[in-house]
Amino acid sequence: MQSGFPDIWDTRGFARALDSAFGALVAAWGDTLEAMFLPILRMLILMEKGLQALPWWVVLVALTALALHASRSWRTAALVAVLILAIGLLGVWNDAMATIALMVVATLLSIVIGIPAGILMSRSDRLRALALPVLDIMQTMPIFVYLIPFVMLFGPGKIPALLATIVFAVPPVIRLTDLGIRQVDEEIVEASRAFGASPRQQLWSVQVPLALPSIMAGVNQTTMMALSMVVIASMIGAGGLGYQVLQGIQRLEVSRGLMAGLGIVLLAVVFDRIAQAYGRRMQANLHREG
Amino acid sequence: MAATLETGTKIRVEGVSKVFGKTPERAFALVQAGMGKAELLETTGHVLGLHDIDLTIGSGETFVIMGLSGSGKSTLIRHFNRLIEPTAGRILVDGEDILRLSEPALRSFRRRKIAMVFQRFALLPHRTVLENVMFGLLIDGVPRARAEARAREQIALVGLDGFEARHPAQLSGGMQQRVGLARALATDAEILLMDEAFSALDPLIRHDMQMQLKQIQSRLHKTIVFITHDLDEALLLGDHIAILRDGELRQVGTGAEILAAPADDYVARFVRDVNRARTIRCGDLAEPGIAAGAEIGADAALEQAFGALARGPVTVRGADGAPRGVLTAGRVLAALAG
Repeated sequence: MQSGFPDIWDTRGFARALDSAFGALVAAWGDTLEAMFLPILRMLILMEKGLQALPWWVVLVALTALALHASRSWRTAALVAVLILAIGLLGVWNDAMATIALMVVATLLSIVIGIPAGILMSRSDRLRALALPVLDIMQTMPIFVYLIPFVMLFGPGKIPALLATIVFAVPPVIRLTDLGIRQVDEEIVEASRAFGASPRQQLWSVQVPLALPSIMAGVNQTTMMALSMVVIASMIGAGGLGYQVLQGIQRLEVSRGLMAGLGIVLLAVVFDRIAQAYGRRMQANLHREG
Repeated sequence: MAATLETGTKIRVEGVSKVFGKTPERAFALVQAGMGKAELLETTGHVLGLHDIDLTIGSGETFVIMGLSGSGKSTLIRHFNRLIEPTAGRILVDGEDILRLSEPALRSFRRRKIAMVFQRFALLPHRTVLENVMFGLLIDGVPRARAEARAREQIALVGLDGFEARHPAQLSGGMQQRVGLARALATDAEILLMDEAFSALDPLIRHDMQMQLKQIQSRLHKTIVFITHDLDEALLLGDHIAILRDGELRQVGTGAEILAAPADDYVARFVRDVNRARTIRCGDLAEPGIAAGAEIGADAALEQAFGALARGPVTVRGADGAPRGVLTAGRVLAALAG
């Protein structure tokens, strides 16, 4: 084939070697990895089935209560209740529950991975210099590219969908944890050192509490990114609202795609309101006046 | 404040120098070979923060280090608890070289022996006043109940009773710095480092805080190292004053000594605008003898004696009541003239 660029090295041979190496990896480790992630898969399925089994009004009351707790505002709580009711009225309730389950598990795992990673990053400039470009790549690489290796390792299903979602959604919480800790007032950290705080005491009694608003902003972004992944993740068997969108495309049914799409928007608003309200409360905690 | 209480040396600083930059040791070798601060910065990009500082701070005294911004005073005070490590020199506290302390030993030194008050308060915004004052004790692993009892005592001492449950942002600057002071006092450290502790406060509040510090010090007899850029404050608080410029010590002495004989032009320019009537104490100018008329304490400022002096010489008495000599209008006028 005619190429516009001279063939300086054998890309085709390299690609073949990479593919076969990955194939060997899958053959050798596929089963082990699958067994390792089995508990997470069970958790995800349990949560999905649980949410779907609950009466709809229990979910509505629970999410409204969460919104009220976070915002201390009846208006926000009422808005959340109306939005959830609307999701039911759109006729996508069960799919929405599956999407919530995937999003919540992906967000929780992203937090569990992301906050410690962000803390480590904040403690070493060298690690930060290495990690920043990696995080950039994770966020800019088309998501479909992650799907290939994950599907090869696990086969189509919820686990590769979950992992691809985490890869895509974890960078904000890492970045904002790192940033939040680095922005803590230097004099307050110095004061804790002057009173003999060990590095661990500095971290937990000063740096992490003061970085919490920033960390919460990261959690909020991570939640939104996880939600935006559901359509793509549905292509490899995650189910949920994304699957309905996908079917809408395949069957050229505008209504199906529109209903599911609106459901995703409503869910996004609900979780954004809740996460933002928590973030604001933490901010207020730091600058309490009057 | 209480020079009579000095029982010996608390802190000795011997030949301490600090170079900031990538390879401070190499740069410091150039300084020892005679390179000046400006040349060092130009040729190597290193900053000579402190150069060959020697100081002796007595136990129970208030020692003021004063200088303008960039003089190295904040760098110097951070050497006393090793927030900054010197490039060369020794720092002895109670005869022990603190630069040799291991990490754990240094932590316990900071927890129990030396406490610090910061210019911008450096309180934890998410904790209450009570929790802020308990901070040093909890870091040290003191049981919560005991820490709380101790913290409440300190809060009462600085006059903040009733504000225990407030957050720092709800308090005025002066009140926040009282919290900072209570936090430093709570660990019962023998040494108190105060880094421009009152500089961020309004003049009136600042004066209140200075008076409160003097009053607390007259009871507790800590060794206080106080940093300031304000000569009036230095003269009011300091038993001894060290004047720092460009990282070098220009003069060390009592306030009266520095006012009477500035070591160089730099110090003389500083001293010129001082309100001498308020900063020189009657005891400083007393001559041998006893007068028939009024009496005044040795610690009183000259201006407090003006009324009595108008009617004749005044007898000066020490805090113990013993006569220290006689103060005359002529002597006072000569001192005020500088």
